[in-house]
Amino acid sequence: MTLFLHQAKTTFRRSHALRLSGLVIGLCLLLICLVLSITLGAADLSLPTIWQALVAFDGSTDHLIITTVRLPRSLIAMTVGGALAVAGAITQGLTRNPLAAPDIIGINTGAALAVVAVTFWWGSASTNTYVWAAFLGGTIAAVVVYWLGSVGRGGLTPLKLILAGAALSYLLSSITTGILILSQRTLDEIRFWLAGSVAGRDIDTLLMVLPYILLGLAIALGLSRQITALTLGEEVAKGLGIRTVWVEALATVVVILLAGSSVALAGPIGFIGLIIPHVSRFFVGVDYRWLLPYAAIGGAILLLLADVGARIVVRPQELPVGIMTALIGAPFFIYLARRKVKG
Amino acid sequence: MTRQWLILRSQQVPFSMRLDRRVPFFLLGLLVIAVVIFIVSVGYGEYPVAPIDVIKTLLRFDTGNADHAFIIYVLRLPRAIVAFLVGTGLAVSGAILQGLSRNPLAAPEIVGVNAGASLVAVAMIVVLPSLPLVLLPMAAFAGALIAALLIYVLAWNQGATPIRLILVGIGVSAIAGAFTSLMITFGNIYDVSQALVWLTGSVYGRTWEHIQALIPWLLVFLPLTVLLARDLNTLALGDEVARGLGSRVEWQRGLLLITSVALAGSSVATAGTIGFVGLMAPHLSRQLVGASHEGLIPVTAVTGGVMVLLSDFVGRSLFAPIELPCGVITAAIGAPYFLYLLYRNQTA
Repeated sequence: MTLFLHQAKTTFRRSHALRLSGLVIGLCLLLICLVLSITLGAADLSLPTIWQALVAFDGSTDHLIITTVRLPRSLIAMTVGGALAVAGAITQGLTRNPLAAPDIIGINTGAALAVVAVTFWWGSASTNTYVWAAFLGGTIAAVVVYWLGSVGRGGLTPLKLILAGAALSYLLSSITTGILILSQRTLDEIRFWLAGSVAGRDIDTLLMVLPYILLGLAIALGLSRQITALTLGEEVAKGLGIRTVWVEALATVVVILLAGSSVALAGPIGFIGLIIPHVSRFFVGVDYRWLLPYAAIGGAILLLLADVGARIVVRPQELPVGIMTALIGAPFFIYLARRKVKG
Repeated sequence: MTRQWLILRSQQVPFSMRLDRRVPFFLLGLLVIAVVIFIVSVGYGEYPVAPIDVIKTLLRFDTGNADHAFIIYVLRLPRAIVAFLVGTGLAVSGAILQGLSRNPLAAPEIVGVNAGASLVAVAMIVVLPSLPLVLLPMAAFAGALIAALLIYVLAWNQGATPIRLILVGIGVSAIAGAFTSLMITFGNIYDVSQALVWLTGSVYGRTWEHIQALIPWLLVFLPLTVLLARDLNTLALGDEVARGLGSRVEWQRGLLLITSVALAGSSVATAGTIGFVGLMAPHLSRQLVGASHEGLIPVTAVTGGVMVLLSDFVGRSLFAPIELPCGVITAAIGAPYFLYLLYRNQTA
């Protein structure tokens, strides 16, 4: 049985046709999840109503709910999930560390702190300001963690990177809490966002951030061959004629673009960037040309489902979706720590 | 330079202790520092009381001034005492964990014990606000114990290595954190804003009632730690050596773990998760008096107390009249320190 599974897996990984059909099935699943996400909620809506709202909008309550609440929310969940998963896949490849993800190495916390700080100093700012703040905060955190993980004996080891990320996250979230305690107003504005949530954003916010995400995804796909080579080790990549410094720098920019935009849109949502790349790798192996599209679709599906779950498990109230992803993701992290960390 | 030792030995009971010569000296020095900070801190606030008046009031020379007496006895004294005691508990808990795991980076908050204690304590504040405060340390102890056991079991894969313990601790912390956020999202808004300050670690508004709840735990477990200090020394040499020296390794380790968890749990129950004290205090103390636990434990205890007392004072005065919880201050100092230790101790 195991042997059979292994053979099936290998065949799947080698055959382009199979991988392509897998991608199409994934897209179909994504569409189903999207429809599910628009349908389910405090008011259950039927499929024909959704179709009507899109093609023949008549201003009724149901149609308004769909166009101003459900659809933006579902699209944002989809975008954020896909962006985080791709960012996670690239982080894992770059650091050659199966436990790495933007949230675990502190990029999300840095972006969140920057957004909270902006809200604290200037009150409610425009979405654009939030986005740039998130980029800046994420960049600084990434550079600091990468630097801290590399200094000292032995260079960049996976454990050092994770520990540096954990300690920096602790520090940054303490400062965030400090600001929130200093300013009741900031707390009011940001409390729900800070737990990670895709509720209550409008379509304009998404459209403002979308260019950055698309840019990030485009560069990521363009770099996929080089990143695959990097996962084999720096020496091998150099031997294959890849200018590793440039690839690493560009890939870091991609991670920050994707993670920063996601945090600006939906707050610090954890563990999607950790889980999905592993699941995708199980299906398509280590080739990033296939891994990245699979990760994008898988991340979108997972966050859509998590958001649906967040809406229906405690009806009529709803959970911040970040709590849902942590409850799914943390056990997975422990599983990986048991399996993949020796010594 | 050869070490100079003080030997304390009792004729009646079978008990002896070997202390570094420097221990009494540093212990006295730290206690003097603690008293000075204590007096300044108790005097500082919206209604300042001069240090001399603080001393007079505390020594009951100044019974005429009812304002001073009220401010000091009711408002500020319990808070300062709680700060000191909590620091003591966290620091000693960290010293035990570091000795047991032979890992200088182990500390209750890194290993995830604090997260378990927080979860149960927040649950009690938000879900069952009517329960008496005295039960809070008990609940937090239970939470810390469950988290510690869970981490140990989950990290076990043909032995539990320090690295895996830390990583699994991060994971368990995340789960406990998610459940804590859950309660914060759905709790009564008043309880929640309390819980937020509490979660960062704060001694704001602590009363004599809190001290009463905390004291029994310290009275049982701190002396126990001093008695177990010698076993900790042998365990720190490694299981093989300790067994060779006649230690009952498993039994001692269990007892020491429970002691560590009890100290951390009761402290977290009283003042929330004040981070990094359990990491920093043992290190600084080891610099002062060396690694022998008989002397290290008392010095660590006082160092931890001074740290939290000082952090609380700084947190109150930095952005006065707004207060920062002392946990923010200890994290701001402790996280860089943790990273510094990480690089100094990396062998691989």
